Amino acid sequence: MTRGVGHFLKSIAVPALVLLAWEALSREGVFSAAILPAPSQVVVRWWQYLSPLEPYDPAQGSRLAWLFSGELPQDALGSLSRVLAGFLIGGGVALPLGLLMGRRPLVHDLFAPLLEVLRPIPPIAFIPLSILWFGLGNPPALFLIALGAFFPVLVNTIAGVRNVDAIYIRAAQNLGAREGVLFRRVILPAAMPYILTGVRVGIGVAFIVVIVAEMTAVNRGLGYRILEAREFMWSDKIIAGMISIGLCGLGIDVFMNRLNRWLLRWHRGMES
Amino acid sequence: MEPAVQMTGVAKAFRTGGREVLALDGIDLSVAPGELVCLLGPSGCGKSTLLNAIAGFAPPTAGTLLANGRPVAGPGPDRGMVFQEYALFPWMTVEANVAFGLELKGEPRAAIAARVEELLRQLALWEFRDRFPKDLSGGMRQRVAIARVLAIDPPMLLMDEPFGALDALTRRNLQDELLRIWSALRKTIVFVTHGIEEAIYLADRVVVMTYRPGRVKRIVPVPLGRPRDTASPEFNAVKREVSLLVMEEQARHERAERGVAAD
Repeated sequence: MTRGVGHFLKSIAVPALVLLAWEALSREGVFSAAILPAPSQVVVRWWQYLSPLEPYDPAQGSRLAWLFSGELPQDALGSLSRVLAGFLIGGGVALPLGLLMGRRPLVHDLFAPLLEVLRPIPPIAFIPLSILWFGLGNPPALFLIALGAFFPVLVNTIAGVRNVDAIYIRAAQNLGAREGVLFRRVILPAAMPYILTGVRVGIGVAFIVVIVAEMTAVNRGLGYRILEAREFMWSDKIIAGMISIGLCGLGIDVFMNRLNRWLLRWHRGMES
Repeated sequence: MEPAVQMTGVAKAFRTGGREVLALDGIDLSVAPGELVCLLGPSGCGKSTLLNAIAGFAPPTAGTLLANGRPVAGPGPDRGMVFQEYALFPWMTVEANVAFGLELKGEPRAAIAARVEELLRQLALWEFRDRFPKDLSGGMRQRVAIARVLAIDPPMLLMDEPFGALDALTRRNLQDELLRIWSALRKTIVFVTHGIEEAIYLADRVVVMTYRPGRVKRIVPVPLGRPRDTASPEFNAVKREVSLLVMEEQARHERAERGVAAD
């Protein structure tokens, strides 16, 4: 117990010192509040950003809806749902294509050249074209996020299928499995460790892309909010927004870890 | 009665590193229904290649090969295979592994559940039905693998050094278990091994194979009743005969390897 407390104190010592020094220097007026606001001011601003704008009115709807009616929850929900929708589109195309490309050399040889040309282009470089094609709002953002998620899922799925131990395929064929069942019940689960690696990378890229896309094309969401705050020189709100983006990223990470562990509970080296 | 396996002039050539290697040559062998035959020989004699040909994973390059009266065109559930590496699906529980073949046949759920329970109880696996293969010992994994092929009730079992990775006690246990299953169900079994004692302990006939290219060197019948006593003089008389044959081939194997090293 005391060791736990000691460990906790050790791990917060440096962050606490930095915060204290930052707070003190800001109060002394060493930094202008417009450049670097005091941490306490950021916390106050973050709370305002988080809180509902209107007092609770039962006639307007449920308490839960009211709790999420603040600007930050709305922005975060918007950004996360864009990540999810874009990822589902990109991953949803990449997964079957990757399964086929991994299993069928002909499909691989047909698609690989085009994909290899497109793959090194960072999804962010597609921003101008995506705005030209889809205008402003959600469509270009979903396109960019889907694109960002597509390649990691595709590449890892192909690798996963190619690394399926032939003995599982033989065992399944021996028990009477034909190609369709083989894909669904043998190749897909056997490739799952690779596929999930692709999913995690893909979600990470999607989260980067959503912030940039919101800054340029969407005019909503967490990315847009910190850019908007800069226009008003609200440095406290910029930092509060950045912290919120970080927390969302952390949340995605924790969720993916859990999902990973559950889906791969059969895997050697995974402790349940 | 029609033989379960009928091979005439079966040969198999591989290309490795630009060189043609003849793994099997001129194999004539037939296995009667309900017979337990062991293929025995040093590594590199093509015994696993021969088994894979019967299973339909890798067709021979010459000769004719009939299984259950039909030419082998590919793998199928009439020839249940048990692999040395178990080949259990690691993402399925014990129960799901055993049920898989029955699900492929499209049997009704209740029938599958009943059959799976019966098999798991028979093989002392019922308590472990919810475990994943990674949480089982080698002997238990191999019992699951045997249950998995027995579930689809094939007339023939093909076993590729199934007990090779197990310790001696577990191996003897599973050999006895297999003999029990065999005498109860009267399935044809083609069993590949490099264990001389294992082959004589199990087989009606031991097929001793030559080192590269694999040919049938001699077929040694084992005229002993079961259960067999590995310490008896009769057992050891057969063992001496088979050992001499295998040692000749082992010596050729070693000479060949030294020859390659000297190249």
